[in-house]
Amino acid sequence: MTEAHPIGLSIRGGVKVYPGTRALKGVDFDLRMGAVNVLVGENGAGKSTLMKLIAGVEEMTEGVITMNGREMHFRDKADAVAAGIGIVFQELNLFPNLSVAENIFIGHERTRAGIDIDTDTQREEARKLMERLEQPIDPDTILGTLRIGQQQIVEIAKALALEAKILILDEPTSALSAAEVEVLFRVIDELKAQGVGIVYISHRLEELIRVGDYITVLRDGTITGARSMEGVDIPWIVQAMIGSSSKEYGRTEVTEFGPEIFRAEDITLPRTGGGYTVDHVSLSIRAGEIVGLYGLMGAGRSEFLECVMAQHPHSTGKFWVEGKPLVERDVPGRIARGIALIPEDRKRDGLIQIMAIRENLTLSSLPAFTKLFHLNLKQEAERARDFIKRLTIKVASPENPVSSLSGGNQQKVVIGKALMTGPKVLLMDEPSRGIDIGAKAEVFRTMRRLAAEGLGILFVTSDLDEVLALSDRIIVMAQGRVTGEFPAGTDAAQVISATTPNAQVPKEAAE
Amino acid sequence: MTAVPAPKAAQGSSILLTFLQARTYVALILVFGYFAIMAPNFLSVANTVIVAKHAALTALLAIGMTFVIITGGIDLSVGSTVGLTGMVSGWLILYGIDPGLGWSIQFNTVEIALLVMCVGMFVGWINGILVTKLNVAPFIATLGMLYIARGVALLSSGGRTFPNLSGNPEYGSHTFPMIGAGTFLGLPILIWMLIVVGLIAAYIAKRTPLGRHIYAVGGNERGAALSGVKVDRVKIFVYMFSGFCAALVGLIIASQLKASHPATGEMFELNAIAAAVLGGTSLSGGRGKISGTIVGAFVISILVDGLVMMGVSSFWQTVIKGLVIVAAVVIDQAQSKLQARVALQQEAAAGR
Repeated sequence: MTEAHPIGLSIRGGVKVYPGTRALKGVDFDLRMGAVNVLVGENGAGKSTLMKLIAGVEEMTEGVITMNGREMHFRDKADAVAAGIGIVFQELNLFPNLSVAENIFIGHERTRAGIDIDTDTQREEARKLMERLEQPIDPDTILGTLRIGQQQIVEIAKALALEAKILILDEPTSALSAAEVEVLFRVIDELKAQGVGIVYISHRLEELIRVGDYITVLRDGTITGARSMEGVDIPWIVQAMIGSSSKEYGRTEVTEFGPEIFRAEDITLPRTGGGYTVDHVSLSIRAGEIVGLYGLMGAGRSEFLECVMAQHPHSTGKFWVEGKPLVERDVPGRIARGIALIPEDRKRDGLIQIMAIRENLTLSSLPAFTKLFHLNLKQEAERARDFIKRLTIKVASPENPVSSLSGGNQQKVVIGKALMTGPKVLLMDEPSRGIDIGAKAEVFRTMRRLAAEGLGILFVTSDLDEVLALSDRIIVMAQGRVTGEFPAGTDAAQVISATTPNAQVPKEAAE
Repeated sequence: MTAVPAPKAAQGSSILLTFLQARTYVALILVFGYFAIMAPNFLSVANTVIVAKHAALTALLAIGMTFVIITGGIDLSVGSTVGLTGMVSGWLILYGIDPGLGWSIQFNTVEIALLVMCVGMFVGWINGILVTKLNVAPFIATLGMLYIARGVALLSSGGRTFPNLSGNPEYGSHTFPMIGAGTFLGLPILIWMLIVVGLIAAYIAKRTPLGRHIYAVGGNERGAALSGVKVDRVKIFVYMFSGFCAALVGLIIASQLKASHPATGEMFELNAIAAAVLGGTSLSGGRGKISGTIVGAFVISILVDGLVMMGVSSFWQTVIKGLVIVAAVVIDQAQSKLQARVALQQEAAAGR
């Protein structure tokens, strides 16, 4: 089999360091031509980083990339494209206000004499690509009017138009219907026959086993398994993905949970273009309980939390806090009722970067220091210092801008801001994203302590280890719906299988 | 945001930082010192009062503008609002309000002042509604208002001046000229107005939740909203406050001239923006100080009046004014960078 599939590209000792984290720790990876090389691992394991190195989007900190025995240096994406490497990113990199044809040829427009864009040729080629992908999409359609699945097809067509020798597909099927996935697999088979080397990243394990020829498993930036696909089954993949994990954040003693503190009933959030981002979700949390909300990217978990925090005026459904209905329609009202949200994107949603640490900490609880309209600065500073101490936030001065802190300490400021409002229910969206191991452990300890103090905590995570170790109860969401609920100590494979129910066929295939 | 105690490692940059933070004051001293020496009569009492009066008008507008800019917006309509509110004052003094029943309601000076302030705040309220509820970009919304307010001002008199606004003792409006010409404890009343408005604005900025929210909205609107800040209310407030400041200036000018002309206040918005920027307000929002803005307004006024006294051609004055503003922004960028570096050094020194 090895002879049939020569190695087209290999990485030796690949290291990638981001400020604060080592995303890849010395990775050796071989990419075989004329075959599908699948890559699995949890979110944050380094799959996307590895692919960004190959596609020239990021530069390697250490290590070498060789193609056909020659050492390559990809300084930017154009270098990689010149070497015949195409990539379909997980996030769509498209221009919603341009047409499908314009999107496909963006950056490498077909031109006459290098100036005038040859619209006819582009349209013709785009039409052929759409035929090949068996999509009835007119090349002149404005991209923004297509539904997400079709946009993903356009993204794939964009990579195909490059006629790459190596094609990287990063979660290409996350928004595709079953029928569209079949078409994609047929195209992949064609490409394989032409000798194209394909890297395929997905969370859908069944899909990987079906389409893959070689498998590489990543875990925390290192490769924990690389072999040919023969004989690989789901338990093997799961084992390699999460290892024999130690439950370091586990609850030490069994505690009695209090009464129900928060309940959501029948929450729906319609999606533009039909369907639901949050599809009739109901759940409840008891005081002192930590509930983990697990699922893949785009499962609607963050959107659900945003619904609770009154961020989507079009959502419907009812919430109760401590048995009383939550009727407040705006954020201050919900904060006053004891809801606190720690958003996923610290930079964008959690902090005012240019304001001082103190000002960030107290932003949600200013009324507590205010008499009529006069702000008691002394009291405020005291309270801020108190929280800095309680959460062991390492700061030189509370007056420094919050942007001067490391990721973990910034996250603690966000948590401190939420806690200062005296919440009863704490919603945490990916509380451990982008912070180092030490800070992670501290954040988790804090969560445990808060739960012991009687808070109800609902946290979203994409890290299987984390959800298994930390939750008293696990709720799994997929495609906007709750697809599983498990007690603590559930088998990992069961949780994973709930994230990809095959129930997606009827809804989208109907079109 | 404020001066920070410096650890030894960062001493050098800290001194430079303190200097940069105080740059508006340094500029004030430099400009003042230069003209005191170079321009004859610059230090005379009469001239000082004139300069201060000029500066006060710019400063009042710039205080309102500073809040708007801190939230990340801009208010281009203040100059037109000055013109409009001036015309409203003139109309009220000359004609009162005529409900069309054969008689009219006349007002005394205080009532006129209050009504005019309401007009200014109403203009600001419309700006605020456009920016928040109707989602119009601040630049466009207030640009539209610039034309609308100016047009209404011109319509009110058919483009003519309302002359002889001396008021009528019968109605109690004869004290109207005092707003611009009167003094209290030796200081012109309009200087007192600047002091009062400045103190209130500085108080709001520093010691009220509203002020904190203004900075938060400008720093990160989404983040502020998720923290429970009522973003729309904050924005509507800042535009209304800006309209209020413009109304004050409209009143003062009408009172000083005892006449109101519909073209009054043209280009005032640009002077106000310049003063705010010179005072360290960042056009990208989130940063700025009332004290800085007031000093900025004085720097600009002193610069302009000083150049006039030295007989520099008005063409050169325009160029110099532009240079000073650009230089201020360049220095501002340098300061931000240095400030971030000093803070990072401190965090590093503290062992993170």
